[in-house]
Amino acid sequence: MTTILDPTDERVPVERRVTPRSGRIAGNVAFLDISKPKGNVLLDRLEALLKAEAPGIRVNRYAKPTFAKPAPADLRAEIARDNDFVVEALAD
Amino acid sequence: MSELPAFLLEDDGGGEHSFPGTRPALICFVKEDCPTCNDVMPLIEALHRDLGASADFYVVGQTAEGNRVLTERHGLTVPLLNDESLKVSFAYDVEIVPTLHLVDAKGQSNGKLVGFARDEWRQAGEGFAEALNLAPPTLDWADYPEWRPGCGSRSADPLIADRLRAESENSPLRARRIEVGEGDDEVELMFDLGFSDGLPLVPPTPERVLRMLGGTGRDAQEVVATVPPNMGEATVEKIAINAVMAGCRPEYLPVVIACLEAVCTDAFNIHGVMATTMGASPVIVVNGPVRERLGMNMKLGALGQGSRANATIGRALRLAIRNIGGAEPGGTERSTLGNPMKFTMCFPEWEERNPWTPLHVERGFAPEDSVVTAFAMSSGPTLIVDQDARDGPHLAGSFGLCLDSIFHPRAHFATETLLVIAPEHVDTFARDGYGKAEIRARIQEVTARSIGELAADEVSAVGFKPAMIEAMDEQARAKKLPKFRRDEDIHIVVAGAEAGKFSGAFHGWVTGEVGSMPVSKKIEEA
Repeated sequence: MTTILDPTDERVPVERRVTPRSGRIAGNVAFLDISKPKGNVLLDRLEALLKAEAPGIRVNRYAKPTFAKPAPADLRAEIARDNDFVVEALAD
Repeated sequence: MSELPAFLLEDDGGGEHSFPGTRPALICFVKEDCPTCNDVMPLIEALHRDLGASADFYVVGQTAEGNRVLTERHGLTVPLLNDESLKVSFAYDVEIVPTLHLVDAKGQSNGKLVGFARDEWRQAGEGFAEALNLAPPTLDWADYPEWRPGCGSRSADPLIADRLRAESENSPLRARRIEVGEGDDEVELMFDLGFSDGLPLVPPTPERVLRMLGGTGRDAQEVVATVPPNMGEATVEKIAINAVMAGCRPEYLPVVIACLEAVCTDAFNIHGVMATTMGASPVIVVNGPVRERLGMNMKLGALGQGSRANATIGRALRLAIRNIGGAEPGGTERSTLGNPMKFTMCFPEWEERNPWTPLHVERGFAPEDSVVTAFAMSSGPTLIVDQDARDGPHLAGSFGLCLDSIFHPRAHFATETLLVIAPEHVDTFARDGYGKAEIRARIQEVTARSIGELAADEVSAVGFKPAMIEAMDEQARAKKLPKFRRDEDIHIVVAGAEAGKFSGAFHGWVTGEVGSMPVSKKIEEA
């Protein structure tokens, strides 16, 4: 395991930076099926629940070509461009 | 208490051996691929046979596999202890194997032998037996070579030694350690943690940071500067971490430290320089003997890419400001356009090509001092093209015309400039004995404008407004204003290739007490 030393003044904890969370869901939500069996079932159910909770949202469905590999760069770019949120199904 | 470091090591069978024990002891560091160690293994085996019932034997090998080979090759019964991590070898400061320590029952050293000298080992072995009230070991000393130098200990291998130093109890490193997970990429992680200026960084491993710290004699925890806006403490260690990330060599570190000292002053005002929407950036000029020692580029392309020292010193300064001070674009750094100098801008003056006084001497330092001077500049270098002038007045006149556009042609008394005069232009000036004072005076002369010429009009709304002019008395209205408030606001250095009648001008930011003033600091070399 590699160790690196913190170059900052250490006033904030070391953690990867994530997009700020707004606390509410609105706009476009990507549903990414990783292509494991029954992932679509889980996502169908989630979509119904989410639309009931947040009626104004639009759900866009995507699927990875295979669960065994990371999503292709083009697919990641498309999801990032067209959506405000992503739900990734880790079904099994 | 033993004066020798305590340790606990295992032999090949998993048996634990702890030092100090309660009996006199022999400690010997060996490694398998060392011919001298192989020469002395039968001797150690014989000593163990004759004295092992009354004394503890710690024969410390540096790899588990090497220990197995040594045991088999020499038919050893004395257990070999595994110091594969090399921590015990490091703690004992073993540079050469074999290294032999003989220790009394209280754990006090009775001497240390390095390499193999037959007479010394014989004397030591017989003395050890005598102390145990035993007969001298039965050995045919003539079978052994008279002298063998030994080999380098693995713990002294520079790459391994740096790791061991970083892990040792007296390591100078105090910075928070960040473990990069298995399968994670440290370069990607550093982007994600916000450490980068947008370009990849060299991972600041403890080993690299220790090597970097070797570039200065200053204490790693000395606070060199306080960096706004977070007022983070720039210790030598933190600066070294950022210097590693920037790609510096250890010998550059004193220059980077001096840069931090210069910009984190009230006069330079790094906070304002970073925060301004105008987009200023430190421009570092290096003077003195350090330029040659670090192989800095002061000639062809000095202000451009290609020189590691020029590029990484400037980058290390910027990374330190970002990471220690917390100045990040979109945070307190709010430049409207930004500029490429915000990645790096550092170059040395070609003093030897300068017929006048070099910058640092002009600013009060001795010629043999190595000095950094920090300027706050909002853009540059912009090119001054004059291939026609054959004398000083014409050339300095061209300089003035080009400099008149800084900020806006009607912005006079507003800022300063750093002129980088290239050798061919230097020669044109030198031909007439034209000095820095004449260059400055000529620039001021050709840029002097009447209030009317600097007034807002139908072409541009910038300039003196009618109400302002009306409020002036006759004397003020008759005044001509040169571009710069003071001649000293025109800073002059020499750099660049021998060929090309092109000089460069950096355009300043807000000068004086309310803005930034140039600051020079002497470089404390190790």
